[in-house]
Amino acid sequence: MIYDMKPEHIIGDYKEVTLDLYGGIRRTCLYTETETPYPDGKLIVSTTDINGIITQVNKSFVEMSGYTQEELINSPHSILRHPDMPPAAFKDLWNTVSKGEKWQGYVKNLRKDGGYYWVKATVIPNVRHGQVVGYTSVRRKPSRSKVEESIKLYPTLF
Amino acid sequence: MPYQLTVSPDFSPDHLSGWYIFNTWLQRQIGEAIHLELYNSFQAQRDAIHIDKIDLIYANPFDAAMLVREKGFLPLVKVQGVSDEAIVAVNKASAITDVTELSPGSRIAVTEDPDVRLMGMIMLEPADLTTDNVQIKVCDSYVLVAKQLLREDADVGIFLAEAYDDLSSIIKKQLRILVQSQIGVIQHALLVGPRLAHRRDELRESLLAMNVDEKGRDVLKNLSFDVWANIEDEDMEFMIDLMDTLNT
Ligand SMILES: Cc1cc2nc3c(=O)[nH]c(=O)nc-3n(C[C@H](O)[C@H](O)[C@H](O)COP(=O)(O)O)c2cc1C
Repeated sequence: MIYDMKPEHIIGDYKEVTLDLYGGIRRTCLYTETETPYPDGKLIVSTTDINGIITQVNKSFVEMSGYTQEELINSPHSILRHPDMPPAAFKDLWNTVSKGEKWQGYVKNLRKDGGYYWVKATVIPNVRHGQVVGYTSVRRKPSRSKVEESIKLYPTLF
Repeated sequence: MPYQLTVSPDFSPDHLSGWYIFNTWLQRQIGEAIHLELYNSFQAQRDAIHIDKIDLIYANPFDAAMLVREKGFLPLVKVQGVSDEAIVAVNKASAITDVTELSPGSRIAVTEDPDVRLMGMIMLEPADLTTDNVQIKVCDSYVLVAKQLLREDADVGIFLAEAYDDLSSIIKKQLRILVQSQIGVIQHALLVGPRLAHRRDELRESLLAMNVDEKGRDVLKNLSFDVWANIEDEDMEFMIDLMDTLNT
């Protein structure tokens, strides 16, 4: 499940915005300007069902998102949706993977504490016996120059 | 015609005899003739795979994808509690203290090990380094990768973590680790090919029971393995999907 973000979980000064997510979900997001650096050498891994509901996460995912494993499993992946991310990016993601192809992009993710972290994400469809049964995403540490490019580009995509 | 067993060419030379002992043990277990063929390059091994010469393989995760998805191999077992990890290291005297200080044109010493190279290059991406903008120096062993760093013929070396740990302390004292991967879910796997797939359950049972008798334990010891663990089909598919996301 996905809930509105709560002021008591937020660290530092925050802004508030309501996001309209897929499936008619409206979520109040509270976000700060605090960046958590991507840990060296680690991969953040998650899998979802075909509707983007999280089915599996690894330890790095739990550590970086700030949520517990229990909070993440069965929640839509948009639990990490940051208001600075243009909807076009995710439209492209879903168009690509639903065609059975691999998607790659730079994503700013929202933590439970209102902070954010940048990743280089790759999403692939999990094909089993010829059928797409879900999706896997693996994130790695992005280069700073690509993050800077995204910081410039993304506000122009709204 | 005997069945053929082979091992990913990245196995440690110390375990050469261990694989022969393992093959002898295996033949006794299933009562079939198995020939152990060790290829000295990844390409030579892949060529043999393509013409369907291989029936059993201790495969690196990179090749496992092709073996399972294109060649119909099925997973048997993996070594319990270990994973393939990579280390990016420099000469101790190097001015580089963080990967992001590296610039295009850097000289990178590697071996042919495809999975280690992949993991290593991913750890260099934060510096905007890709195979297209660096100078790759391919070495025959990890000791030679280390020597490239010691002689300052390379700026960075990519190691299998286990191989780095096995370097002599004299060499290690002159090196410094920049990053070590903590992936945890990528590792070698013993796979069975289509011609021998009808014996899969038996093979798996024997392998999983290997550590319960003295003889089996000795065989494992010669490979420096403790105990095999089962690989479910879905675990294998998951690892292949992971490799697929990394391989771009
Ligand atoms: C495997 C997978 C991983 C995803 N990872 C993220 C993620 O890390 N952050 C994110 O904001 N959206 C991610 N998405 C996209 C979300 O499903 C969602 O489309 C996005 O957050 C935008 O929300 P909306 O589609 O409800 O508008 C992922 C999707 C899939 C299939």
